[in-house]
Amino acid sequence: MNEGFNLDAAFAALADPTRRAILARLATGETTVMELAKPFAMTQPAISQHLKVLEEAGLVTHRIDGARRPRSLAKNGIEAMDRWLETLRAALEQNYRRLDAVLAGMEELKKQRRKRQ
Amino acid sequence: MNKLTLKTEGETHVIATRRFAASPEVVYRAHTDPALIQRWLLGPEGWTMPVCVNEAKPGGKIRYEWSNGKGQGFYLTGEYLELDPFRRIVHVERMFLPDPTPDNHIETTFAADGEGTLMTMRMTLPDPQTRKAMLATGMEHGMEASYVRLEGIIQAA
Repeated sequence: MNEGFNLDAAFAALADPTRRAILARLATGETTVMELAKPFAMTQPAISQHLKVLEEAGLVTHRIDGARRPRSLAKNGIEAMDRWLETLRAALEQNYRRLDAVLAGMEELKKQRRKRQ
Repeated sequence: MNKLTLKTEGETHVIATRRFAASPEVVYRAHTDPALIQRWLLGPEGWTMPVCVNEAKPGGKIRYEWSNGKGQGFYLTGEYLELDPFRRIVHVERMFLPDPTPDNHIETTFAADGEGTLMTMRMTLPDPQTRKAMLATGMEHGMEASYVRLEGIIQAA
């Protein structure tokens, strides 16, 4: 997990639909603030504020290109979150693997009962 | 493939699906019979469910208590709203960690799928913040509380 990445901040950042839309847009490639603001009925400062939250959560990064600050997805942050969610999925899957075994036992009992009848 | 899938939907929903190699009747019973629930709904290795109350009838109570045998534990309570035997369950639940989490409203359906069953759980949280908190704390407790994949979050945008 990269330094400074905060899972709570990442989920909080994702709780806002505009910020999710920004991430979806950035998933298609590097984008300037002006381009990001276009599809939204929002001022550039409002979009910049959302970008700040996303950057602080470690999900978005920027580089400096003259006067421009093009934004892109922060690969490490996105991957860290994905890994965490995969761990969560695996923990739940553990329950269901146990359930598979319970169900197999129940089906087996049913078959035996049917045979006896 | 019998693999758990998780995705978010809209602002407040989480959808989980899982296939089982058993009939809907058997899968339904494994979700409503306390003696069966105690054998699988346990979370990480080493945890047990010493208390399991499951009154599978409308208005019936649910109470699950988990313990790691080293003095740590937590519990969940809930109530059944609707039951259509072997097909569909609607209930609400909340975790006590130790403070109660906001109610999670869950509709679980069991659909015949070839020789087996496709189970779909549609969770509805009261607001996006609660869903976020559920996702962020779920792992710590290893089970039940959290369901999502990043692609689901991104796709929901």
